[in-house]
Formats: sequence, C-alpha cells, structure tokens
Amino acid sequence: MIPELGHFALILALLVALVQGTLPLAGAARGSRAWIAVARPAAQAQFLLVAFAFGCLTWAFVSHDFSVAYVAQHSNSRLPLEYRLSGVWGGHEGSLLLWLFMLSGWTVAVALFSRHLPDAMVARVLGVLGLITVGFLAFILLTSNPFERLLPAAEDGRDLNPLLQDPGLIFHPPMLYMGYVGFSVAFAFAIAALLSGQLDAAWARWSRPWTTTAWAFLTLGIALGSWWAYYELGWGGWWFWDPVENASFLPWLVGTALIHSLAVTEKRGSFKNWTVLLAIAAFSLSLLGTFLVRSGVLTSVHAFATDPRRGIFILILLAIVVGASLFLFALRAPKVGLGGRFGLVSRESLLLMNNVLLVVATGSVLLGTLYPLFIDALGLGKLSVGPPYFNAVFVPLMVPLLILMAPGPLARWKHADMRPVLKQLVPAFVAALLLGVAVPLLYGGWRPLTALGVLLAAWIAGGTGVAIAGRLRGGLSGQPLHWWGMHLAHVGVAVFVVGVTMVSSYQEEKDVRMAPDDTVTVGGYTFRFIGVRKEMGPNYQAMVGELELSRDGKVLRTMKPEKRAYLTSAMPMTEAAIDTGLLRDVYVSLGEPIDERAWSVRVYYKPFVDWIWGGCLLMALGGIVAISDRRYRLKRRAAALQGATA
Amino acid sequence: MKPRHKRFALIGGGIAVLGIAAALVLNAFQSNLVFFFTPTQVAAGEAPIGKTFRIGGMVKEASLQRQPDGLTVRFIVTDTAKEFPVAYKGILPDLFREGKGVVAQGKLGEDGLFTASEVLAKHDENYMPPEAQHAVDQAGKAAKTVKQ
Repeated sequence: MIPELGHFALILALLVALVQGTLPLAGAARGSRAWIAVARPAAQAQFLLVAFAFGCLTWAFVSHDFSVAYVAQHSNSRLPLEYRLSGVWGGHEGSLLLWLFMLSGWTVAVALFSRHLPDAMVARVLGVLGLITVGFLAFILLTSNPFERLLPAAEDGRDLNPLLQDPGLIFHPPMLYMGYVGFSVAFAFAIAALLSGQLDAAWARWSRPWTTTAWAFLTLGIALGSWWAYYELGWGGWWFWDPVENASFLPWLVGTALIHSLAVTEKRGSFKNWTVLLAIAAFSLSLLGTFLVRSGVLTSVHAFATDPRRGIFILILLAIVVGASLFLFALRAPKVGLGGRFGLVSRESLLLMNNVLLVVATGSVLLGTLYPLFIDALGLGKLSVGPPYFNAVFVPLMVPLLILMAPGPLARWKHADMRPVLKQLVPAFVAALLLGVAVPLLYGGWRPLTALGVLLAAWIAGGTGVAIAGRLRGGLSGQPLHWWGMHLAHVGVAVFVVGVTMVSSYQEEKDVRMAPDDTVTVGGYTFRFIGVRKEMGPNYQAMVGELELSRDGKVLRTMKPEKRAYLTSAMPMTEAAIDTGLLRDVYVSLGEPIDERAWSVRVYYKPFVDWIWGGCLLMALGGIVAISDRRYRLKRRAAALQGATA
Repeated sequence: MKPRHKRFALIGGGIAVLGIAAALVLNAFQSNLVFFFTPTQVAAGEAPIGKTFRIGGMVKEASLQRQPDGLTVRFIVTDTAKEFPVAYKGILPDLFREGKGVVAQGKLGEDGLFTASEVLAKHDENYMPPEAQHAVDQAGKAAKTVKQ
C-alpha cells in the first residue's frame, strides 16, 4: 500500500509541477498577480509530495518490503539499518528520486528565502525550476519508477553492492546532488533574468548566494567521493580521471568560473552575457554528467543500469534545456548593455583571465571525457583516454590560474596599477621561493615540479597573508564575511595544492608477499605481518589481517585490514586499514592468500594526502562563510524598498 | 590605450590561451590515447608491439597460474575464438575471476606475452565490462560469418 501511495504522490507532484512550470511564467509575462501568486504554494506542495514519496521509499527499505523490485535489488534482510537508509539512493531509480527530492528542496528554499525579491522574478525562477521538475518527474515515472512491484515478492533481497556499504556513501551522493541540482537554481535565475530582460547587478546579487551554496556542496560531494575511492576501493589513489569523476568535475570547474564572474557582474555590472552563459553551461554540464553516469555509456561503479531508453530520455532533456536556453539567450543578449568599462589591467581583467583559463580547462577535460564515446559512436574503434592525457593538459592550464590567485584579490576594480600590488607581494614571493627550494630538498629529493607545486601553494597563501596584513590598519574586524570567505577558499586551494604535490612526488607503494613475521618498510614505516584470522560481520565473513606498524624500532599500533566476503552476493571486498596523520597516511590492504601462511599485501606511504580533502573542506567552508555575509540580506531589503518606492 | 586596442589585447590573450590549450591537447593525444584490441585482433597481428594498449575478453577457465614469487600471475584471455597469455605482477582486483570478463592495460612483447600494468576492476559481480563484452560479441559475429 505504502509504495502505491509514494507512486501516487509522484503523479500528483507531476501535475503540480506542470502548474508550477506554466502559470507563474505566463503570469509574469502578462502581469497577472493571481497567476504569479501560484508559484510559492505550488513549490511548497511540490516539495511535500516529493518528500512524502521519498519517505515511502525509505519506509519500504526500512521495513524490508521485498515486493518492491527496487528494494529487492538493493537491500537484504541482514543489511544494517544505516545502509538500508543509504540504500535508498544506492541504485538508479532511487538516486533519481534523491535528485528530484533535492530539486524540490532547492525550489522550496527559493520560495521561502526570497521574500525580498520582486514577486515576478520569484515567479519566473520557480516557474523555470518547475519545468525542470516536470522533466525529471516524467523521467522517473516513465522509465525509472522506484515503486514498481515485484510479483511474486522476492523472499530476500539481492543486497546492496558491498562497495556501497560504507559510511562514505551515506553522504557522498546527497552532497554531490545538492551541488549538481543547486546549479539549477543559478540556471533558473539566469533564465528568469533573460525572460524579464532585467539582467543587472541586482540579479547577480540575488543569484550569488545560491550559486555559491551549490558550489560549496558540490566541492564537498566531490571531495567525499574522492576520499571514499581512496579508502574503500583499496587502490589508494584519490583521483583517477575516471569519466564519472570528470562528470562531476566539469560542472565544478564551470561553477568556479561562474562564482567569480558573478562577482564582477554584481560589483561592476560587466560580464553579464558571459555570466548567463556560464550559468547555463554549469547546469547543462550537470545534466550531461547525469546522462553520462546514468545511461550506462561509461564503465564505472556508478553505471547502474544500461537501459538505452533512459539515456535517450536524458539526452532529449539535455537537448531541450541547452537548445531552449541558448535560443532565448540569442534573442535577448544583443539588448544587454556592456556594463562598467574596465582597464586592461584591473580586477576585472584578472577575473576574466580566471574565467578563460577555467573554461578552457573545462573544454580540455570535456574533450578527453567524450572523445572515446565519439570515436566509438563513429565506429572508428575503441580507445580510452587515461590520466596521462589529463595531467598533461589540465595541470599546465592550472599553473597560470594559481599564479593569478595572489595578485587577483589585491588588484583594484576598474583600473589597477600593478606596481604597488607586485611590490606588496615581494615578501610572499621570496617566502614562496625559499619554501619551494627548501621543502623538496629537505623532504626527499629535488624535483622541479615538486618545487613548483610548493612554490605556488606558498605564493597563494602568502598572497592571502599580504591581503590580511594590508587590511590590518583598517581593522580586521571591519572586514566583511564575504572577504574572509574568499580568502579562506583560496587558502583551501593552497592546502590542496600542497597535498597533491607532496603525495604525487613522494608516495611509496609496494605489493609484497608476506608470511608471518615478514616485514616490509615504506617511507620509514615498518610493517610486521602477524597473521590472518576469520571473523563474522552482520552480513559478511571477513579475513582480518594483523600487522604491527613501527617506526625506528618503536611499535606504533596494530593495523587490521580486512578481506570480506558478503554472504548474499558472495562478492569479495577489500577494507584497507589506514593510519591517518597530519603529515602522512600509512595504508595497508590485503590482497589474496598465496599459500597456507602467506598473503599478498599492498602497503602505501602517502605524505600529506589528507591535505587534499582538507583543502576541499576549506574551499567549501569559504563558500559558506561568504554567503553568511549580511550584505546579501541587507541589500535585498534595500532592493525591496527600491521596488516598493519605484 | 584606446578601447579598440584594449579589446584586441583581451581577444588576443584569449586566443593565446586557447592556442596553448590546443597544443597541449594535441601533444597529449599523440602519446596518451590507449587503443583497445580484442584477442582476435591481437592474433591477426593488428596490435602494436611495445606500445601500451588495452585488451578485453574472458579469463579462460583454469588458466590462472601463480608464479613462484607469489605475486606474479599468468592467465589466458579469450574471446571464445582466439586466446593469448597475460602476465601481471601485483594484486588482482577483488572481482577478478576465471570465466568472467576482464580488461587489462599493458604492452605486448615480442614473445606474444601481454604484460599488464593494470588489470581493471569491475564493481559488481554480474557486471561485464563493455570492452570485454564487445570482444566476445565481435568473435561471435566473426564465427557466424565464417559459417555462412
């Protein structure tokens, strides 16, 4: 009964979404207050219905309702409660429902937190979001209904993929989707502005906090996914340039360009057309990512289903979104003014360079991701584009971007004289140069690229230091939160760069055969193999290895990597044991038994690897701090006042 | 500086970045594209020797042999029509099984032995890597045309 209620709620939601996607837009165009007033209640009803449907599916998981096909495929009576809850989004249908749930959540948030915006604007934004909702609801109801019954009911479920039975998975998809879907709000604001013809600084100010929030969630989501791959897949890498990773990285890159370009549009009124294009691109790339991941054209942990109808549906949706929004853009863009002029050397031109570099980098990653698909589709053979391509193209494009990060925030708007800026940065440069030379020499061997990485990270951090020192006289407490947020995020980038540089320069990896009392040393840490014994988990049987970790003869701890065999699926899983530290991780995972006593064992030494995710966390925090700034609320009130008096 | 000159400078800068990116892409494409071959193609001598490429197919039943060092393994990859040996030193992914699909990346030696640097993991028990499926399908098609 409950699954049917959920299904019914989704059908009702589709009807509400149809209303939400048409009446308010028409009302805003015709100036009909009654129709405009439909937008907010529709968004709220929509959210309640989708939340109810989501609750129904969750209940089906919790109560082991194996007469629901989706539950029977992704759960099991022995699956622990926390994984039954996260199992809701452990497969194709449920993850789409999660996507939809997020979308209706963002929509209702816009409806609730935009009291200060003109009603017509809110109606347009909610209307566009309503149309997107229609697309996704139709997709779910027509091709991927999570409530489909399985008759007769399965006696027990096929269990959740053991790779997904992990705390990282509980949070990775919701965070990522918050980001992905969040760009739909930026997109809706852009389309609403195009529709109304009011493409101005006020629009940028309204759109900015939403975009930054979405970006912060996406940052966290990607970081969580990377962390999960690091410890759960047992490969010890943090980024593989896997097409699915790229699918989430592309909207992030464009989103990063977008939040910088929005800053220019808000402060100076320039870049308006460009900002709109970026907003359209960010959301389109989110949809493209969904298509790539969900259509099964890619080989990946995320490729749940290979039903061609689903791929075609998303492709059509993508074509409509891109086609319609670009058409609208082409109609309206010529009428948009250029906004504030700026000199060849100015904060604007530096941000323009930021945007050009980020967009070109996006293009290069997109090319590497789609190229094998095109070649395959054209029947020219099968090939893959691996990490060497991305490293060779992406990294050189990021170097100038990182260099610009120090002078950028110091340069003046409109027209900047770079001489005083560069003069201010001299101490930062000297410090960066010293660190860049000293760290590789002291740490374990001179490598030019390591020196460059450390130098760039120190340069960015130094730039932030100079900026803060420069404001000391003005009183630091007087600095607005968005200023602190920006610098926090930039320091995050510096921390990230340190992590990437150090781990790729000095990591050590060994695959060895170990019998009891054998030892192996990586990065100065010695592992002594003690043995392996059997243990039972709730829904798996584990071989638990025991290794003693020591350094300079001093025993630090015992590490217990596991090899699990899940009972239902008989699927083996490697659970690595990791000793985490501020300056390094040591990592051990079990391979397979070689004979009676010996196992193959993989050991890693990973210097500074946690800085990678720490840096991402700082970036996301920076975003959150920036949007907490009072000015967004104050100026909204001011805008509302202006609107009232006008 | 006149606005016109300024515009030229900005556009020129943008084109320079694009040009550099294009150069990087072309350069990277030249050396980093990894092509895929089926065992039948390898048997027909289509695969290059000493250059990295990918192969896919099924691991032949009862073909997995562990070498005395305990870490190196050898197995035979087949697409049901042709087969050839693969050597890999390291820990195999969890879902590597005899009789199941596999994709490996590495180099072919003069002696016909494919030395894999990477054996790609699958993520699901029942999941067949598309490349491996493709290899078996191709071999099936070829067999049919021969019969006709």
